[in-house]
Amino acid sequence: MSARTTTEELGPVTTLATPIRLDFEFTPGVAQSRFLRGLEKGKFVGQRCPTCGKVYVPSRGSCPTDGVPTTEDVDLGNVGTVTTYCVVNVPFAGQSIEIPYICAQVLLDGANISFMGLIQEIPTDEIRMGMRVEAVWVEPEELTPSLASVRYFRPSGEPDADYETYKDYL
Amino acid sequence: MAEYCAVIGVGQTHHKSKRDDVSIAGLVREAAKMALADADLTWTDIDAVVIGKAPDMFEGNMMPELYLAPALGAVGKPMFRVHTAGSVGGSTSLVAAHLISSGIHKRVLTVAYEKQSDSDAMWALSVPQPFAAPLLAGAGGYFAPHIRAYMRRSGAPEYIGRMVAVKDRINALRNPYAHLHLPDIDMKMVEDSMMLWDPLRYLEACPSSDGAAAMVLAAEDSLSGSYPPAWIHGMAMRSEPTMFAGRDQVNPQAGRDCSADVYAQAGITNPRAEIDVAEVYVPFSWYEPMWLENLGFCDLGDGWKLTEAGATAFEGDIPWNTSGGVLSSNPIGASGMLRFLEVAMQVRGQAGEHQIDGARRALGQAYGGGSQFFSMWVLGSDKP
Repeated sequence: MSARTTTEELGPVTTLATPIRLDFEFTPGVAQSRFLRGLEKGKFVGQRCPTCGKVYVPSRGSCPTDGVPTTEDVDLGNVGTVTTYCVVNVPFAGQSIEIPYICAQVLLDGANISFMGLIQEIPTDEIRMGMRVEAVWVEPEELTPSLASVRYFRPSGEPDADYETYKDYL
Repeated sequence: MAEYCAVIGVGQTHHKSKRDDVSIAGLVREAAKMALADADLTWTDIDAVVIGKAPDMFEGNMMPELYLAPALGAVGKPMFRVHTAGSVGGSTSLVAAHLISSGIHKRVLTVAYEKQSDSDAMWALSVPQPFAAPLLAGAGGYFAPHIRAYMRRSGAPEYIGRMVAVKDRINALRNPYAHLHLPDIDMKMVEDSMMLWDPLRYLEACPSSDGAAAMVLAAEDSLSGSYPPAWIHGMAMRSEPTMFAGRDQVNPQAGRDCSADVYAQAGITNPRAEIDVAEVYVPFSWYEPMWLENLGFCDLGDGWKLTEAGATAFEGDIPWNTSGGVLSSNPIGASGMLRFLEVAMQVRGQAGEHQIDGARRALGQAYGGGSQFFSMWVLGSDKP
């Protein structure tokens, strides 16, 4: 490029890539610490609303419906039901799991709200609504107060749950 | 509402996957100038500017309203930024309308945009959260399980989603501003497209677009422009938490409450009979039958039957998404406003090839986040 080349000849600069990095601190607080300390012990800990009796996992410390503090801890088991799911087959920046993978809503037994979980040890075309699944945890020495302690869920081998048992959680 | 309010000018960009001929400032200015010209006004006639867009993290451009003020003639005037995720284009329009109906201002310019080619929405919507497994793959990954739940609950045949995908793209062929123009679209083309978030295929999902939308809203004593005003007959917003036990993810309470409010204001008791045309936020094909039920156009479980019968097609009795909808153009922050804007064009009789003959009353709807923000308005060609 000649030093005398003008801006007009070169045209406008259309795009500049400007990478952004953001590391942030998160303060879980008292209520969410219960859930995280549970994960560190290899178990799911929820909390029950004293008004409606519903069990939240993880609990944010209050019931969104009744607006009251949740104080009673509830140890939930390791087993739950897939209420619904999708099979992710699209790549994106920062993706940490090989596609295709099953992203499911898992309703733990005894809980009244589902959360998102990865389902493994089953071909993606065999997953179904109502499938019973169990959590697979990392090795005891690898447990941390984080969801990274749960490697994934896998079929528990029990018969599928009846639609009537989870239709109100969709 | 205290003062009557009407849409007197509309403008939008040609929505494309990449508008590298303009900066964000150039993009919003293009739509705003068109809206001003439609209203026969200039920048100095505007009292205040209300702008909306989706999360700042998309373009990595924090508080863009600060630097966009000069491009929108807002220097020395009140300027507001609105953000309610995907519904923002709708709620931005409503915040602008509130400034008129409350009697504070006479003429307000409202603008919404997204420049997806500058952004990485998939990444921004998939950032790991401290209390969730890193599984979410963009908006499609969030909504696909709820679509599956709708299919199970309603017993809808699996081809309904493809019908919506085809119908909206056929409508887009009438709209010169639409991003996607797919003249060969048919059921087979949709079926042959890649499965992204099973059960959602590539052509059942919205595109990524660069684009902006703008409107001029005015009080009754400040009307201008060559097209008749589109009067606001009702407007409402509602929200609900993303997660609570017993939440109906398929048919959210906030959407039902929002439509009940807007219909009550407009005196509508039978939406299907009393609304001539509707523009509804359908970013994934199955949200047409889901919102048909949520908006009360039919009984629960029957939404897909209206789609299947062609009721929502251009020639149907309740045309939905005559512009081609979000499935044909998705500049995210602007997508809600484009719904609100399309119904203004319809009741003003300025929609050209996508005009529904005799449209006198129309519903615009937008939703956002995890289906927890809703905004709606009903416009009419008659003063309420």
